Amino acid sequence: MIQYLTNNYEIVWQALQEHLYLALLPILFGFVISLPLGYLAVRFTWLYHPLINTFGVLYSVPSLALFVFLPVILGTKVLDPVNVVVALTVYTVALLARTVADGLRSVDPVVVQAATAMGYRRTRRLIDVELPIALPVILAGLRVATVSNISLVSVGSLIGIGGLGQLFTRGFQLFYLEPILIGIILSVLLAGIADLIIVLVQRAVTPWTRAA
Amino acid sequence: MNFSYLTDPAHWDLGNPGSIPHLIVSHLGYTALALLFGVIIALPVGLYIGHTGKGSFLAINAGNAGRSLPTLGLLMLMVTLLGLGLLPVLIALTVLVIPPILTSAYAGMRNLDHRVVDAARGMGMRPWQVLTRVELPMALPVLLSGFRNAALQVVATATVAAAVGLGGLGRLLIDGLAVNDYSRVLAGAIVVAALAVLVDLFLALIQRLIVSPGLKGLS
Repeated sequence: MIQYLTNNYEIVWQALQEHLYLALLPILFGFVISLPLGYLAVRFTWLYHPLINTFGVLYSVPSLALFVFLPVILGTKVLDPVNVVVALTVYTVALLARTVADGLRSVDPVVVQAATAMGYRRTRRLIDVELPIALPVILAGLRVATVSNISLVSVGSLIGIGGLGQLFTRGFQLFYLEPILIGIILSVLLAGIADLIIVLVQRAVTPWTRAA
Repeated sequence: MNFSYLTDPAHWDLGNPGSIPHLIVSHLGYTALALLFGVIIALPVGLYIGHTGKGSFLAINAGNAGRSLPTLGLLMLMVTLLGLGLLPVLIALTVLVIPPILTSAYAGMRNLDHRVVDAARGMGMRPWQVLTRVELPMALPVLLSGFRNAALQVVATATVAAAVGLGGLGRLLIDGLAVNDYSRVLAGAIVVAALAVLVDLFLALIQRLIVSPGLKGLS
């Protein structure tokens, strides 16, 4: 293991960096897209079920199929990282839009009425009252999306872009355990660290949840 | 969008071993076996932890730990260790379904109304009767939603079996990619997504049939 790492330091380091940006960019985009979508699903009740069902179907499309198929839709090259980023953004939105909607729905109507009575307009109320209360639920969803994204990136290696997944295919082709093991360990570590960061952020921004 | 591969009747010919119906059957076979092993391994453990409250930490964190394991890496690791075949694919897919089943079995047992369990004991039910007649039926809705989640994940992920030379609907994706036949890739994507939706609907129907009518208002 150590031997392999020292000999292939460059390859592993590059794979790790690629893995990071392929996993985290979609999380960022997905989060930004999910907030308004989730809000709309709460504001217009009739939208909730069609939206949830559509995303449920999207989530069941295998990642490999999406990676391969997006170039046909987007007109990108097959080996363009954009395909992986867009595909994972779709998965992130599929998970998060629902979580945002459920989080906002879980806010006690009494609190919303109180805020309205205090003179909060709709937008201010959403930003200052409803979102903070829904944050623990939303961040729980973000944890799931982040961890599953980090493990899904490696599937991209079957089409030649997959961060640490390249170490899997390389080891598989050479029938060689070490790169596969290193890839798995690093991928799990990345997911663990990312998960921990979200938990720490949640503790910092929602201090009231700790009192309970 | 080229649907020619999907609509060509030759690809639906039952006599042809590489046809779509055959791939669906092998795909569902991997799915069913992985779910079966997952239930055999994870269900008793999850129920036990939920029932006794011992080792809650394990049940709560199993979900996240399982999600962070890259299935493709695990699959290739197993193939490198055991050689090509069905076993490495089943191991990788079973590892994928254990966390959701374990976590939902645990959550279902944890969130029971304790007054009902106490009442059952007070009526003189033996521990085994309490488990099979009261606790399990009440935990069923939560348990089944975890199982449906697991089923959906496996149907979508079983496509990786084709990456190590096995069958299943992943063949359409991997082979289509290899020869730049995008209509084949599209056919694979559509059939897998449709299969996932159908499996979920089928399980939803089963859920309606076996969950006790008395719980319908609760879940």
